[in-house]
Amino acid sequence: MFTYTILILLLPFLSFLLLGLFGNKLSHKLAGAIGTTSLGAVFLLSCYTAYEYFFAVGRGAEGVYEALVPYNITWLPLGTLHFDMGVLLDPISVMMLIVISTVSFMVHIYSFGYMHGERGFQRYYAFLSLFTMSMLGLVVATNIFQMYLFWELVGVSSYLLIGFYYTQKAAIAASKKAFIVTRFADMFFLVGILIFGYYTGSFSFSFVNELKLADGATAFVPVDAARAVAAGGFLLPTALTLMFIGGAGKSAMFPLHIWLPDAMEGPTPVSALIHAATMVVAGVYQVARLFPMWIEYAPNAMPIIVWVGVITAFYAAAVACAQSDIKRVLAFSTISQIAFMMVALGVSLPGHEGVLDNHTQLGFLAGNFHLFTHAMFKACLFLGAGCIIHAVHSNEMSEMGGLRKYMPITNATFLISCFAIAGIPFFSGFSSKDEIITACMNYSPVVGWIMTGIAAMTAFYMFRLYYGIFWGTENKEAHEHHTPHEAPWTMTFPLIFLSAITLGVGIYSTLGGFLGWGGSFGSFVSASGQDYTIHFDVTVASISTIVAILSICLATYIYKGEKQPVADKLQSAMPRLHQWAYKRFYMDEVYQFVTHRIIFAHISKPIAWFDRHVIDGFFNFLAWGTHALSFQIRGFQSGAIQRYAFVFFLGVLALLLIMIL
Amino acid sequence: MIQLNYMLIISAVMMFAGIFGFLTRRSTLAILLSIELMLNATDLNFAVFNRMLYPGGHEGYFFALFSIAITAAESAIAIAIMINVYRQLKDISVGKLEKMKF
Repeated sequence: MFTYTILILLLPFLSFLLLGLFGNKLSHKLAGAIGTTSLGAVFLLSCYTAYEYFFAVGRGAEGVYEALVPYNITWLPLGTLHFDMGVLLDPISVMMLIVISTVSFMVHIYSFGYMHGERGFQRYYAFLSLFTMSMLGLVVATNIFQMYLFWELVGVSSYLLIGFYYTQKAAIAASKKAFIVTRFADMFFLVGILIFGYYTGSFSFSFVNELKLADGATAFVPVDAARAVAAGGFLLPTALTLMFIGGAGKSAMFPLHIWLPDAMEGPTPVSALIHAATMVVAGVYQVARLFPMWIEYAPNAMPIIVWVGVITAFYAAAVACAQSDIKRVLAFSTISQIAFMMVALGVSLPGHEGVLDNHTQLGFLAGNFHLFTHAMFKACLFLGAGCIIHAVHSNEMSEMGGLRKYMPITNATFLISCFAIAGIPFFSGFSSKDEIITACMNYSPVVGWIMTGIAAMTAFYMFRLYYGIFWGTENKEAHEHHTPHEAPWTMTFPLIFLSAITLGVGIYSTLGGFLGWGGSFGSFVSASGQDYTIHFDVTVASISTIVAILSICLATYIYKGEKQPVADKLQSAMPRLHQWAYKRFYMDEVYQFVTHRIIFAHISKPIAWFDRHVIDGFFNFLAWGTHALSFQIRGFQSGAIQRYAFVFFLGVLALLLIMIL
Repeated sequence: MIQLNYMLIISAVMMFAGIFGFLTRRSTLAILLSIELMLNATDLNFAVFNRMLYPGGHEGYFFALFSIAITAAESAIAIAIMINVYRQLKDISVGKLEKMKF
């Protein structure tokens, strides 16, 4: 059973090798076809895995989906500790398989159109395959260490793809920034893993679950729980918090978010795949994966997750309201939405005596559900943005406006996704976001109301973006030479597919939530593994719907018209606020200040001086000394053969004397 | 019967004459002759020790023969080198051969 799951990792890896090694010898079409075909196969395999896992195998004896390990090899045994590699199937990893393979497959198809005729087309597909392989490896990891390995691989492939246009300075700088910032955060992740491994003697995800191998043996010897608890007083929460910092770096949480807006320098499909749908949710996935640990050993540290999430969500939403580059708006909206997921996981505290009650269930479920729905509609938004950029050759909103006439399909799918992210009923974002806000309300009304406010901001900036692109004044000057046109079918098909998922999931889950149908998301993914039927809290649902509709109306009022007097007036009324938001509250400048003025000037410079003068000086002294000495004694090397022979003869005599004496 | 010592004295004289020649002569050709002299002293020792100490054996004689063959090859090479040196420097006296230094 499930032996084929290894193919989900191997197929993209093989196509990476093939395209990476021989890509230059292949034509663009063939290279793209190889990558897309293997991803198509991965997509089908993932769907089949999900079908078999949820329906054919189904629930175990206690009504819980069991975690299965079809593959597990000990890669590096180190005494009692060992690093394993394998494939783990449980509800969240299977859900992630579906998300990643769907979005990646769509992006592969889309790139046919978007990257058509680009230099390095084969390289692009090779990197896409590498990324997909690493991301899939990350989600099926059987232990934290494997997760960390693939985590770094994901970071590398993100680096390679952001810097795809390596002739542009901005792209190189952005790729370096992304790599360094996430790597800095990963350092905390590694330290957390090491603390965890040292004190518990294991890298497994949970002391609670005993994972079952295909042949019925137990994969991991459960750690001595008493020892873990002894370490748990202080060390486990520390380790988990450090790991969370790693996750916050990857998921672009404030203040480690600075790399994500710049990462938009990469090709747009890459932004859709990596920086909207899959890699940036790795941090959320990590928290969800370690969730049993958090609620068991570190519930007191969970407010950190909540407040980091709340601050990030608010900050990013505020910045998104003022950006003019459409990809930047989407990037900040991604940051904000990921923060929603983090908050949802953070607010799911265990009930009394550590029992997993409905309260816990709801937050965990909502976080994962939002991850799923967000991946679909945000990928759709980014791919739509790609179509628009393809049509007008610019990222700036001022070059757009009035595009709805030229691009009907992009317009429709973009609108659907905007409704979803704004949280309008019957679109997928509604159900998941509503669950998050309900969970926050249960946790504390303050957090709940803040999140409602941020949801309103989300609706506002998304429709500001929508009207800015598709309505408003058409920029005739920019369109004079080149009339915008609808993208080819390879680019529109993924849009339609993803928005169809958004609509389908939205309609089913909205109706299901109001009418109490089973078989919705909660039946597959929940904290305890039990079937959980989503019921909407009617008050929360109606409040958030009204708030969303009001902000959409506000955005319509301000931005729909040909001229935007209200917006201009607001901007001139509060120039400083607008400027601050436009400059992202000067976070990059703060970093610049901290790194250049403080770290480089006062820490790195003395160290560099020490290196240059003391360490280099010592070795220069050695070299100089040797040189000077040899200069003194070089006279021995006279070149006169007979003198050499005489010295040799004297030496022989001396040796003889020694031997005789 | 000639005593072993006399033989050894002859070869020692040859040896030191060779060394003295090697260290003092200016001409490379003379130096080559001195080397031959030293080698002949050792060859003589091989033969003498074989004859006097191990009359039944042949190893010493064979060794002397090998040594002579190698000496011949060596002098061929040495003369070839000298010809090349002469082409370069128009002289084969050892005092001029001081290129191989620092």
